[in-house]
Amino acid sequence: MQKSYLMRTPSLLIFLATLALFTVFVTVAADMGWMSTSFVKTLGKTLCLCLAAVAMDLVWGYAGILSLGHMAFFAIGGYMIGMWLMYARTEEIVVASLMNGGLPATPQEVQQGIATQIFGVVGASDLPTIWGFAHSLPLQLLLVVALPGLLALIFGWLAFRSRVTGVYLSILTQAMTLALSLYLFQNDSGLRGNNGLSGLQNLPGLDAVGQDRLSVWFFWASAGALGLTYLLLAWVVSGKFGSVIRAIRDDEARVRFLGYSVETYKLFVFTLTAVIVAIAGALYYPQAGIINPAELAPIASIYLAVWVAIGGRGRLYGAVIGAAVVSLLTTWFTGGRAPSIPLGFATINWVDWWQVLLGMSFVAVTLFAPKGIGGLFDAFAGLRTPDRKGAPLGPDDGSLQEQEAVE
Amino acid sequence: MSSILEVSGVSVSFDGFRAINNLSFTIGPAELRAIIGPNGAGKSTFMDIVTGKTRPNSGTVTFGERSVSLLKLSEAQIARIGVGRKFQRPTVFEDQTVTENLTLALKAGRGPWRVLAWRAKAADRARVQALAEQVGLGDHLARKSGELSHGQKQWLEIAMLLAQEPRLLLVDEPAAGMTLAERERTTALLVDIARSRAVVVVEHDMDFVRRLNCRVTVLHEGAVLAEGSLDHVTKNQDVIDVYLGRG
Repeated sequence: MQKSYLMRTPSLLIFLATLALFTVFVTVAADMGWMSTSFVKTLGKTLCLCLAAVAMDLVWGYAGILSLGHMAFFAIGGYMIGMWLMYARTEEIVVASLMNGGLPATPQEVQQGIATQIFGVVGASDLPTIWGFAHSLPLQLLLVVALPGLLALIFGWLAFRSRVTGVYLSILTQAMTLALSLYLFQNDSGLRGNNGLSGLQNLPGLDAVGQDRLSVWFFWASAGALGLTYLLLAWVVSGKFGSVIRAIRDDEARVRFLGYSVETYKLFVFTLTAVIVAIAGALYYPQAGIINPAELAPIASIYLAVWVAIGGRGRLYGAVIGAAVVSLLTTWFTGGRAPSIPLGFATINWVDWWQVLLGMSFVAVTLFAPKGIGGLFDAFAGLRTPDRKGAPLGPDDGSLQEQEAVE
Repeated sequence: MSSILEVSGVSVSFDGFRAINNLSFTIGPAELRAIIGPNGAGKSTFMDIVTGKTRPNSGTVTFGERSVSLLKLSEAQIARIGVGRKFQRPTVFEDQTVTENLTLALKAGRGPWRVLAWRAKAADRARVQALAEQVGLGDHLARKSGELSHGQKQWLEIAMLLAQEPRLLLVDEPAAGMTLAERERTTALLVDIARSRAVVVVEHDMDFVRRLNCRVTVLHEGAVLAEGSLDHVTKNQDVIDVYLGRG
């Protein structure tokens, strides 16, 4: 009777196999020169977005918390790794140039040089306190997970303890990411204001390795992180924990009367997903090369929700498909390569009209296909929603009505 | 007789309206009690206070041998120390199977880490099976609970309450929307449960209360109007005036 977990959820194996095949294909294509370095980077970045989307699916699709601020954690992850990348890279340059002076430079001179190099652009020459750990990769890597985790913990504790739910919570999360973004835009925030951090694609000490190699390495790291996280989250949602958070999504008062502390669970999921999203950000920005406060704009988090909705909430692979399809299409449409459509009286220029198309598909998915792209797999598997022309599905008025079953 | 729940001198008002007015109530550890009263008598508010959903303005609510005060505990903590509640409308998790619903309710660690590490053992599966059979859902374990009939959902919820192994059950109109046969079965089930735990049933239906054959507390305007056997309270002139006389 008891089928093994893998037998019950074939999607896990299919997903991991597809991801592995895709990784091999991209590696070979990059080696043979069929694929440009920038395209490999685009694909690697897409995998990071998929990783963020999987986390978003856990917090929204499973636990029902529509967070519209998760991309703030993504950007913080990026900033944390970016600080080390920029510091260590600048250190190499400064040390090399000071060597030309003949005498070996003192640590103070080196640090002063780094500060001037990095902060000259915002008119400062001292290293801000928050750069205190930037010299150390392990410490900065720790911050990649610790800082977003702590922020999510504090924010979530305040919000969930006051029983803020639904649209009010979404608005609060928007406010959080907007406030962070506005703060970072200031020049004296210590993170170079609207210039952001740049040159992140150059890994310190790896000058000899070309970008074509690095892009493949980052692609591997992104694919690995996505695969492992998928495995972890599939395990998390498969058991009783998944059952509890889905129950919280559907009726949190009832879950409370079963003895579960709903707030603790929400906080757990919110913080866990914030950490996952931050890791995705830390992998994304070295491939993007630059990060600035615009990355924390509320619209970024809304996009994340749109990807998950279009891909299909409440199923992990749906989120991955949604993020991959929509973000790759966005790249294509906004890259200027999509052919414009002349209509005679006007021309549809996709760079401008893509947003409209995306918005309309979001509305269409919400209205007509609430299961998203992932719902197509149900259709292939023959799991159609019942069509009984409005007749009840069961023998009683209290049984699931057709309308409910369709949801 | 020692009591498992002791509510004394509790008052609560909403915007000046006194929903509960100096209410006192006790129930023994293995007792069945019916609470009746007209609409607005404070029946639901009483249950909200005991389960922690509403905080009273004054009075005390204590539970168990060690007289733990329930007023400082959250809903989840109250549920964990052994107070179960069944709502009027069946509230099962319709998107999940009968097994999943029962597993959620099974007495086990409730913290996130404990729940993450939890895996069903043979004993748990047997317990789920036994509970489902007790309420006649033995053949429906793999079905989504949303597909069940109204009466079956009510029973599933009662089974979930039992799975929690509470010492006090608060049951709000268990027979609402049930057929006659289902009612009889529910009555038998409640009487059986009350052999080992305290059960408080809030009910409108007098025939159902009569079948429960237990002590009855009549609430009116937030206070206890009368208490005793059904025959005793139905002879009480006050009760006839405020409640029965209307029908």
